[in-house]
Amino acid sequence: MARLTLTINGEVRSAEVAPGAFLAEVLRETFGLTGTKIGCNEAECGICTVLVDGVPVNSCIYPALKANGAHVQTVEGLAQNGQLHPLQQAFIEHGAVQCGFCTPGLLMTAKALLDQNPNPSEDDIKHALKDTYCRCTGYVSVISAIRDAAARLRGEPPIPPALPHTREPLRFVGRPLPRPDAVAKVTGAAKYTDDYVFPNMLHGATLRAGIPHARIKRIDTSKAKALPGVVAVLTHEDVPGSKNHGLVYEDWPVLCYDKVRYVGDAVAIVAAETREIAEQAIKLIEVEYEPLPVVDDPVAALAPDAPKVHEQGNLLKHIHVEKGDIEQGFAEADVIVEGEYQTATTEHAFLEPECSIGRVTEDGRIEVYVGSQIPYADRRQVAKSLGVPEEQVRIVGTLIGGGFGGKEDIAGQIHAALLAKVTGRPVKMLYRRSESLIFHPKRHAVKFKVKVGAKRDGTLTAMRIELWGDTGAYASLGDKVMTRAATHASGPYEVPHVKIDCYAVYTNNVPAGAFRGFGVTQSAFAIESAIDELAHRLGISPIEIRRKNALRIGSVTNTGAVIRESVGLLECIERVEQALKAEGTPWVFRKPEQPNKVYAWGFAAAYKNTGLGGGAPDRSEVEVEAFEDGTAEVRTSAAEIGQGLVGVLASIAAEELGVPYENVRVLLSDTDRTPDGGPTTASRQTFVTGNAARLASVKLRERLAAVAAEMLDVPVEALRFEDGYVRYNGKAVRLAEVVRQAHAEGISTRLSHLYEAPKTQPLGTGGDMHFAFSYAAQAALVEVDLETGEVNCLKVISATDVGRAINPLALQGQIEGGIVMCLGNALTEEFIQEKGVPYTNRFARYKMPSIRHTPQITSFIVEDPTAEGPYGAKGVGEISSIPTTPAITNAIFAATGVRVRKLPVDQDALLRAMRVP
Amino acid sequence: MREAYLIPETLEEATALLARYQGRARVVGGGTDYFVDEAHNGAPVLIDVTRLRGLREIREEHGYVFIGCGVTHAQIAASALLQQSGTALVEACGQIGGPQVRNVATLAGNIAHALPAADGTLALLALGGEIQVAWHAEGELRAEWWPLARAFKGPGQSAVDSTRQIIAAMRFKPTGAGEASAFARVMRPQGVALPIMGVAARLKFDAEGRIEAAAIATGPAGPVPFRAVQTEAFLIGRMLDEATLDEAAQVLLGEVHVRTSPHRATAAYRRAVLPVLLRRALTQCATRAQRTLAIHER
Repeated sequence: MARLTLTINGEVRSAEVAPGAFLAEVLRETFGLTGTKIGCNEAECGICTVLVDGVPVNSCIYPALKANGAHVQTVEGLAQNGQLHPLQQAFIEHGAVQCGFCTPGLLMTAKALLDQNPNPSEDDIKHALKDTYCRCTGYVSVISAIRDAAARLRGEPPIPPALPHTREPLRFVGRPLPRPDAVAKVTGAAKYTDDYVFPNMLHGATLRAGIPHARIKRIDTSKAKALPGVVAVLTHEDVPGSKNHGLVYEDWPVLCYDKVRYVGDAVAIVAAETREIAEQAIKLIEVEYEPLPVVDDPVAALAPDAPKVHEQGNLLKHIHVEKGDIEQGFAEADVIVEGEYQTATTEHAFLEPECSIGRVTEDGRIEVYVGSQIPYADRRQVAKSLGVPEEQVRIVGTLIGGGFGGKEDIAGQIHAALLAKVTGRPVKMLYRRSESLIFHPKRHAVKFKVKVGAKRDGTLTAMRIELWGDTGAYASLGDKVMTRAATHASGPYEVPHVKIDCYAVYTNNVPAGAFRGFGVTQSAFAIESAIDELAHRLGISPIEIRRKNALRIGSVTNTGAVIRESVGLLECIERVEQALKAEGTPWVFRKPEQPNKVYAWGFAAAYKNTGLGGGAPDRSEVEVEAFEDGTAEVRTSAAEIGQGLVGVLASIAAEELGVPYENVRVLLSDTDRTPDGGPTTASRQTFVTGNAARLASVKLRERLAAVAAEMLDVPVEALRFEDGYVRYNGKAVRLAEVVRQAHAEGISTRLSHLYEAPKTQPLGTGGDMHFAFSYAAQAALVEVDLETGEVNCLKVISATDVGRAINPLALQGQIEGGIVMCLGNALTEEFIQEKGVPYTNRFARYKMPSIRHTPQITSFIVEDPTAEGPYGAKGVGEISSIPTTPAITNAIFAATGVRVRKLPVDQDALLRAMRVP
Repeated sequence: MREAYLIPETLEEATALLARYQGRARVVGGGTDYFVDEAHNGAPVLIDVTRLRGLREIREEHGYVFIGCGVTHAQIAASALLQQSGTALVEACGQIGGPQVRNVATLAGNIAHALPAADGTLALLALGGEIQVAWHAEGELRAEWWPLARAFKGPGQSAVDSTRQIIAAMRFKPTGAGEASAFARVMRPQGVALPIMGVAARLKFDAEGRIEAAAIATGPAGPVPFRAVQTEAFLIGRMLDEATLDEAAQVLLGEVHVRTSPHRATAAYRRAVLPVLLRRALTQCATRAQRTLAIHER
């Protein structure tokens, strides 16, 4: 150990540290300053940025001893005397805080910039923040927040955020209210799972298979158990309950017993006094494998002689969608285009790696602290594998540093619980980025065969589409994702004759599951490319062909549903078309000062279901309580993954109860204290849990109204709940007093409501497979370097039909973030595997969009309300992340004549294709 | 397990420490490559050479531009002296990583890593750079200047033994009147974060505008950073016109051996962009050299 003395945020601190320790660890663990986050341990993501003697550095690989004698500034030191720094204030007001995990890094990098440059241009900001990643915002709000803060620091008037035009707001609903958790997130006070420390806590580590397919012959843990500091080493023999887990199919071993089916499979787990010892112990476990042949392609996996990943065969599910008569449809066509498309496996790259803490309570129950998208599913799976009743398990949701679908499956929850149960001590199971990358389910790579027929005027007559989705070693949500991919594969169009066959197939690749867009991101690339090709062949504009075929009132979808309301697609198309006209550039153009570049626009449309659909019961329960101090609390187990659910629920409760927004607390995801809000998936929370919160609040208001009516001696119907008062003509009583009175009368001011979304129909049975759809249209402007094949996306014009904007600020953040994520899907992102072995085993090998990729985004909100939605709202989480990819690839076609058939766009292949005469 | 992280204050002290640990210690600069590469992160003792007296700055010395081993990429990117006398280095170092990495990563570390396409290394090679290698022998500090090319044995393999020797400094002759340098590269937005191809050039023009001296470095074009001597020879005595640029590209393509590297680039792509990068670097040199003359005449 060596002595380290440094000044942190103005305060001299000193400690003995290990010579190998890095600054981030020391700040977090030795000094308890957990505002500094660790995202990658490889100086790639920048979220661990702190200032050492005024200079921003990646503290995750900055030797702690190198900071000896230095002045270190962390996010905790930004606010002075309880006063937020202008950067913090601006981040909140511009919505530049979503999941909040990268926020400290962004703030500190921006602080260093403004210290040097009080008036940075957008380019300066992009230069300075180039390597500080954010996965939620898409950076647009980050840029505007920094410019605003710079103005404030210069003593100039603030530059407010540019918000989209939306409908006239109600009292709270429809207003750009700041997130309730924003202050905690900008000050570093916000706690994510790894920020929790329990006395006497052990640290866990997991032995991963390391090979994609093998039979386990022998596991010997004796050397690991003998290592001093090791408290427990567990294998499948130590799993008391169900040996498998799974959200839909229980096919995923808690700890592998007969075979390993992918590199990231868990074989053994260790709990030790320190993380280093646990990791060392893992290396001492001997496993003898008999390697088995590897299958890494979904089409190859369907061959009769393909290696079997699971005994029952490699086909997880065949999904069939049929409407009309496909032969007749193609016979009626004047032109037919055919093409094959392929999308890449992609990685969520949420900046917070998975972490679970297991703990046994004094009364012998098991608690798991985790940032999960489906707390009640965690509870069920943990209980089942531990062999205890569900009531014996409590899932305590912490803040979540991004999810995007990647935190729906079990990660370390069962392992942490098991180790805690065996050792009787709290156990933290934190994944390093390298482990997170090879372990958790990805976006499905999908192969497509697409055949589309149309009349000369562009009217679609038929679509025949085949899809093969690589679901990897375990089902995860593979059949659901591929069902969504299949049912959305014909695009947001009315097509009289459709036949779709989709295969979700097991391979020895990393499993694939939920990822924002849920299969539709993949389908949209294929079908929107084909529609573009069709327009080109027919000499019709890409906008016109979409307008002609767009779903509208009375349309029948490919699954036989009749669209009866809330279909804003035509309006979306028109909004983007008008904005394109206002741009005033031709569809394809050159600039004299850039002779080696060509510029072109591309267009795409999309739709996405809200809610689970397909006949699955879609429920959410919310509890609302009013207190004697005039505040209220909303409780449900639903995940806040950055999307802004806490703000949505708070504004809905405030709206219905007539209390100030600040007086509403939202408690999420504690299975002992919050009822089940259902999974945070399928863009469903605003609709389903939003409705539950609304109806629970209405019920509570009615209960309180009865009390207030007596207190005021007025008729109950005429009461108004506003500003924390209940009013009638000139009379008023404070809500707090009404609550006190209710309690005095023995009336509870706590109640819950279980909301059930409208019933849907299973695929193949006709009727409504979904209760609502969101729609979008986007145009993208690209710049292609004809000499190098390099592609940049410069502008995106977007219009999104969300039914109703509950919070325009949060909504804008969702849309911008979705666009930039989908831009990454087009241009940068690929999780590379070679015969089942991830080449992408660190962040340096996975490029997600940085602030430098952020295009200029113009975003229009279309509000075509859905009758059942809260205030007309429907899902927004996924829709914006669907059309950007094809808009970009269609623009590349317009620019170069090269049709992109494989994602991501590869400048190497593009340049070579351009050179083919 | 790391036993010590030592931060000596003088070169003498640093070399003596290395000698004392007899191979159990190794030199580290900013560590932005070293600490990421877990496989090579095993030395029990690290000697941090970023705080050595006199070796944390960029200065002019004995007709050379001198860069100490503690100098970071950020310092280089912000150096007015280098902007004027070694522009290629400023361009190359300004593109590496983000500010957080540039604030700690050193050029000496970049050279020690010995990658065949390292941006800073290519730029220094084209500038005709040298490195000063220092070690401890018979109780005293020894040092000698090597031509930069001598530092590289193979991809990732340095001729400088980091358990025994320190790259104490780098130097090159500043570009003068009628002379300039430039750097151009292509990155790939997917896959591994390494450049696909880089070209650095240093050109000197005579009064008639003919090329009087030329140095061109490119990579990856072999196991070590590549000096394109045939292309350099071809350029001497020529005007930098379209024909020269086209022909020089052909000469360059004739002398390099580019490969397909999985997840980075195909050989065909590299051959397609190499002429583009050469043209960009050479024309930049010409434009900048012209500017030095204009300044001179004024």
